[in-house]
This record gives sequence, C-alpha cells and structure tokens, in this order.
Amino acid sequence: MDKLHSYTAHALMKMIDKEALDPSTIRSDVLDRIERLDGKIKAFVLVNRPDTSAPASGKQDTSGRLSGIPVLIKDNICVKDEYTTCSSRILEGFRPPYDATVVKKLRCEGAVLIGKANMDEFAFGSSCETSCYGPTRNPWALDRIPGGSSGGSAAAVAGDCTIMALGSDTGGSIRQPASLCGVVGLKPTYGRVSRYGLIAFASSLDQIGPITKDVEDSALLLGVIAGHDEMDSTSVDMPVPDYTKALVKDVKGLSIGVPKEYFVKGLDKDVEECVRGAIEKLKGLGARIVGISLPHTEYAVSAYYIIGPAEASSNLARFDGVQYAFRDRDSRDLIDMYIKTRSKGFGNEAKRRILLGTYCLSSGYYDAYYLKALKVRTRIKEDFDKAFGSCDVIITPTSPTPAFRIGEKSGDPLGMYLSDVYTIPANLAGLPAISIPCGFSKEGLPIGLQILGRHFGEETIFRTAYTFEQNTDFHRKRPAL
Amino acid sequence: MKFIDKDTVKHVALLSRLRLDDKELDAYSSQLASILSYIDKLNELDTTNVQPTSHAIATLKNVYRKDVPRRSLSPEEALKNAPAREGDLFKVPQVIEGK
Repeated sequence: MDKLHSYTAHALMKMIDKEALDPSTIRSDVLDRIERLDGKIKAFVLVNRPDTSAPASGKQDTSGRLSGIPVLIKDNICVKDEYTTCSSRILEGFRPPYDATVVKKLRCEGAVLIGKANMDEFAFGSSCETSCYGPTRNPWALDRIPGGSSGGSAAAVAGDCTIMALGSDTGGSIRQPASLCGVVGLKPTYGRVSRYGLIAFASSLDQIGPITKDVEDSALLLGVIAGHDEMDSTSVDMPVPDYTKALVKDVKGLSIGVPKEYFVKGLDKDVEECVRGAIEKLKGLGARIVGISLPHTEYAVSAYYIIGPAEASSNLARFDGVQYAFRDRDSRDLIDMYIKTRSKGFGNEAKRRILLGTYCLSSGYYDAYYLKALKVRTRIKEDFDKAFGSCDVIITPTSPTPAFRIGEKSGDPLGMYLSDVYTIPANLAGLPAISIPCGFSKEGLPIGLQILGRHFGEETIFRTAYTFEQNTDFHRKRPAL
Repeated sequence: MKFIDKDTVKHVALLSRLRLDDKELDAYSSQLASILSYIDKLNELDTTNVQPTSHAIATLKNVYRKDVPRRSLSPEEALKNAPAREGDLFKVPQVIEGK
C-alpha cells in the first residue's frame, strides 16, 4: 500500500467508510511527510501538531464528509486563535477571535486543520516571492516558483504534504499555482462561497476555493465550503447541489468554446501544444469544438490592475497599528504612528499596490482610471455573455508559461502582472473556472488547462474536467522529492 | 511613456499613510509610470454610454436584517489583539497637537 499522504480525500474516505482505516493515522502520516519535506518546499507558515499530552478520546467520529482529512488553509483565512498573517509583517502576532465561515464548515465535517499556507503578501503576486517569510518552492523544480498567490497551498498538495488545501483567487491566485504545480484548482462563481473571515484584498473579485489532487476532491471540497452565509451579504442564496453527482465521464453533445484571443504572442509553445492536444482529446471524446471571440481580452489586465489595487488600497487602510497586533512603538502622535507602522509593516509589492490604487482613486484621476476600468469590466463581462450563447464551457491555457525561476521576474512588476493574463477575466466577470493538469513541458514542468463556465455552472465545469482527467493520467504524476 | 513626478508620488504616499525614502521614491515613480503607461491602453476603447460594473453578479442586492440585538464578539475578544489598550478601549498615541 502506498503511503496515506499520497491518497486523495475521496479514496481515504472510502477506506474510512469501510472501517479499513483509522482516520487518526492520516494526520500522523501527513505530519511525517511535512517534517521530511517542508524544509525544502517551504509551503507551511504554521504546522498544527496535535497536543500529544492530551489523552486520545476513544473512537473517532467518522460521520463527517471529511472526517480525519488534513486540509491546509491559506494564511489569509481566519482560524480562531491561530496566527493568521497574510504572510505580512503588518499582521505579525495577529490571532483572529473567530473562524472564517469556510473554516467553521470544515470543522463541522471533521476535517483536520493541518496548518497555514505561505502566500504572496496579502495575495499580491503570482509567485509567492512577496511573502515576508520568503518564497515557497515548486516541488517539480525547487529553483522555480510555485505560482501565486496561493503558492503554499498548491505546492503542499503537489508535494503530498496535505491531502487538500484552500486558496483564494482574486486574479488567478488559485488557478495559476495549481497549473504550475500540476494540481487541480477551482475558483468558484463570485458569491458561491462565503468570504466571511477571508482577509479582503479586492472585495468584488475575491473568492475562496479548493486546491486538490484531482477533480473528484475538488467537487467534494466545494460541496463542503459552498453556500449562503448571512455574514457575507455578497454570498448568494442558492441551494448547493451535490457536486459529486456532476462527475460524469461523458462530454458528448457538450459545446466547448476556444477563444482565439488566448492563443497569441506570448504563449509558450509547450503550453500551446498541450492545451491544443487537450482540446483534440475532448473532441475525440464527443465534445463539439466552437471557435469563439472574446474581443476585450487584451484590456483585462489593465482593468484589473486598476480595480484590484483600488479596492486593496481601501481594504488595507484598516492596518494602521490600532487593532491588529503590530504597531511601531516609537512615534510622536497618531498620524506618525499610522505612517511608521504601515511603512515598516508592508512589503514592497503591498506598498506598490496601495500607491497605485490610491492614485487611481484620488481626486482628478477617479474618472479617468477607476470609472473607466469599471466600464471596461462591463465590456469584458458582455463578451462572455455573448460567447456562452454558443458554447457550454470555454477552454484556455491557465498560465502563458510553465513555472519560471525564483527571482526571474521579481524586478519587473509589469512582467509579473502579465502572467495573470488568462485568469483575470474570470474574476472580472465573476465566472467559475478550474485549472487541471494537461501535460508537461519539455523540461518536465506541469502545464494546466483552464475551463470556464457560466455563473453557477460549476457542475458543467466538473463534468468536462472529470471526463478529461479520467481519460488521461497527468493528475497521477507526482514530482520526485 | 508616461511620466509621474516625484511630488505626485509623495502626495499619494501621504494619502496612503506611507513614508518613502529617496530610493523608494525613485523606484516607485518609475514603476508606477510604466504600469500606468500600460494601463493607458484602456483609452483605446470608447466607453461612452457603457454602464460601470462594480459587481459581476447581477442578482446581488442590498441585504437587511432585523435590528435585534444578538451575540457578537465580547470586548475581551475584540481587544485581544490590541497593541495597547486601556480598559475596554484601544489605546493610541496623542491625537491632537499640543503639550
């Protein structure tokens, strides 16, 4: 039998249901794995070890949908009384007095909160390099970035250092690291999952979602975390379907749109080859391939880098040294304390985004930048509305390139921003989108395929993703560690 | 290429409650200029008569709840992370100038 850490949650749950497995053994196996490998990968900013002095409490309750399953939580999601820092110095020492709704739901289903995952500071980045703890490494090539901002979550799943993980996605922060680490990452429809307890980056774009080893686990975890929450007025009051019922191995009659604007200059040859190969595969399995156009794609990055920083600059105003643990102690008066605390507490990329967002919102620039970006956002959304008139899902690459080297883009903010070019439109339009493995570059780095659906069309995404996955074996490949 | 003078960046930094040293000021001025030059691409698009989208999900509407008292964080829980406190209050340095 393989080591338990290499299993998916659904496989482990089957063994637990048959009483062939004591769920407490999963945690200790995963903790051993973390002990052995996280020094290399650096995906964790906190590991939860059980209090061994407490007596074992007899037979474990196995009635939850995730009983005994280790789930790693991105460090921008509040876990009661546990350090939650967004990988930023400005939250050093902060321990939330409450659980995020998703964390509460995980606890209800018996999941084991195995730790907190490294990330780009406040989720500002595509490489995990802006973390105040230093970068996480890609398990497939330790000199490369794991993607970001949920890089710790994706790297830990890829390295079998957790069974599942939660990430958050504002412009691709779940899908891009999933793609670069060869795992499955889903950004749900905006409003599908409660954001209560997710430390806000851009409130109109942020969504929490699962990062898992396969599509079935993605459906399982989404089913647990989705649903209306009165603590988040942007969560949508719609019933949560049983997503595992959508795991059908059949795409006959399904129309797949392929946007021509996504296969242009800047797209890596190996990525293009793998994605085109995947489209052919789905065609062979009975899907109908439709050429579509999303004409405003080239404006998405610009609109995003106004809207995202604008919302972030306003959300991050609360970190002023008054409430959240970190404060500069050496200040004359209140304003001086704000300035010193923020100047010391925020890293370079956070400062850059705060400055950019404040600039775009400031008097005289609001109409030219912020309002203009919101109007372009409308155009981008209309592109998708029109496209979904002729197809059920849209397939694109997730990232224009495989994982780049640590340090390669850190001196070039704009170059870094452009690595989100294929993932940003889904956030602007509020659409659900998944990244699944679809091949490897010539250097052996994972490549991901993105599948976008209509609002609340997660089931169609799962059906497409599951059919592809079950007819290939990319998701079974693991890095040599 | 757009040019952003350092006084503008200084002003935005003040609005943001950030202090930048000379090196940072240089770096951010040129980086913001290059990002904003790229963003200016949006001006290629005519958006007259286009409604702005601040939220992508059309069904979202304002939510009200009944105005009845219910449990929330206790003062102790709310103050647990306070860098400084006095009684049930967050304590901050002097607000008004003077002796």
